[in-house]
Amino acid sequence: MKEINLKWFSVTKTELYIILGAIIAPFIFYFSPYIQGLLIFIMMWVILGSSWNLLAGYTGQVSFGHAAYFGIGAYAAALPFYHWHISPWWGLLTGGIAAVILGYLLGIIVFRLRGPYFALGTLATAEILRIAFGEEEWLTNGHNGILYITTWVTKLPYYFIVLAIALGAVFSIKAVMHSKAGFYFLSIREDEDAAKAIGIDTAKYKNISMAISTFWAGTAGAFYMIYMGFIDPEIVFALHNISIITILVGILGGVGTIWGPAVGAVIMVFVQELFRSAFFGLAPRWVGNIHALVFGLLVIFVILYMAGGVVGDWDLIAKKFRRTKPKEAKA
Amino acid sequence: MSILVLENLTKAFGGLVAVNNVSLEVKEGEIFGLIGPNGSGKTTIFNTINHFYLATKGRIIFKGIDITNKKTFEIARLGIGRTFQKVRPLKRLSVEDNVMAAAFARESTFEGSRKVAREVLEFCHLGEVSHMPAGSLPIAGRKRLEIAKALATRPSLILLDETAAGLNPAELDEAIDIIKKIRSELGITIIIVEHIMKVIMNISDRIHAIAFGATITEGTPKEVASHPTVIEAYLGTDATLVGGDYAGA
Repeated sequence: MKEINLKWFSVTKTELYIILGAIIAPFIFYFSPYIQGLLIFIMMWVILGSSWNLLAGYTGQVSFGHAAYFGIGAYAAALPFYHWHISPWWGLLTGGIAAVILGYLLGIIVFRLRGPYFALGTLATAEILRIAFGEEEWLTNGHNGILYITTWVTKLPYYFIVLAIALGAVFSIKAVMHSKAGFYFLSIREDEDAAKAIGIDTAKYKNISMAISTFWAGTAGAFYMIYMGFIDPEIVFALHNISIITILVGILGGVGTIWGPAVGAVIMVFVQELFRSAFFGLAPRWVGNIHALVFGLLVIFVILYMAGGVVGDWDLIAKKFRRTKPKEAKA
Repeated sequence: MSILVLENLTKAFGGLVAVNNVSLEVKEGEIFGLIGPNGSGKTTIFNTINHFYLATKGRIIFKGIDITNKKTFEIARLGIGRTFQKVRPLKRLSVEDNVMAAAFARESTFEGSRKVAREVLEFCHLGEVSHMPAGSLPIAGRKRLEIAKALATRPSLILLDETAAGLNPAELDEAIDIIKKIRSELGITIIIVEHIMKVIMNISDRIHAIAFGATITEGTPKEVASHPTVIEAYLGTDATLVGGDYAGA
């Protein structure tokens, strides 16, 4: 397959089709704001999943607290508006930066930990933020949240903004993974001590991975504020609805693959919506209440039978469905 | 000139003294053997040199610089490469990617690092398997991959930790050949820990023998092999080490 290659930036043909498809998609559903809304959420999860995947999938630092960076990004957009009526749109710049700063500070604490302890450390830091932002009403308006009348009623412009961010996230991560830093991330994931022995400053490179990851998570958070027009700590710092779903998106699509989180995001939003709407009203109403359960089962299935996720084990899956002739192998 | 000097190196884990007051000097361009029975502290010396462990007492001087308190990655950048006795490939990466990750220690571009990696892989007879996942290599390949990774960081001193253990006779000859070439073609000084006497007696210029963490003797392979305490440490009394084709552990 021919690649457009500008040293650090490369696009394969398949990727070009995906991008074109993503650009056309909202026009296909031009008269359905509902579906356009779903597309926006898919893109948001592409950003969060990719962000998590860089840190956890590629660098081996499994974060259970990505809501911290999503939330701080959202509040970076919301707080200047709440206090001084500065447009939340600035959040698209400041959200990512705020998340990077928070990530660096939390990294000082959590990077001392390895494996499951790192995961627990990140989970705890996100929970602390959720509670703190709920309690400190003078700063955040607490559980009442922050409300902002959104700029546009139509969804189309939001979609293209979030699509641009998503492409920025995916392709920046792709570029990084083809550079020296990418090799260092993988080395740290596979064996941190062996990485040190070949001259890798593991502390520095874990921080670099963290910075890129948190930047995109924070930008996604800022977008969420701009798009939804309302946040409160329970929404943006949510353990189950943000941190855990982020991990599930990554695992489902394929940990440590460029396009895994994107595929995971599509499946996640689709499954969630199918069940939440009780198969668009065709199934009994209690079906609507079990979407989280179904998604959990799906992830268990993936972990047990295709640990690489949909993208990571694509060759295996393709073989199952197409016994006669395996389609051209994906790179 | 001495490339590496250990001055009264001691490493204790709580009450257990794993390395006890060991002093040695390795000259530039030398193949320096380090022998001793299981658990005598050979690997601990390596781990202390590249600062996986902090020395309890003593100093480590590399090319005139005191590296006792330098971090592991800094020591690697200064030019000490090492292999691991228990091989540690980056399993899910290809063989070439493994070596590229190491080559980035001196190269900053993708192409530059790939070029170094390919050279090193050819050197270590791994060119043909360079696209296999490192985890799927047989043991002989993994041992050579360890050497390749260490070489890719362009060291001036390399620490080889039992790179010949677990190999069959043909693989053993290949390994010896590579080790000899590391010095003759690349001009890298070597410190080698090895149990297999055929290897260490064959290639070392000088050998330092330790038991229970302390120095027994140092000298040419012949001198060391005939030293009574060495023989006792290895084989018990009434045995001789010279001239036979014996395998160590």
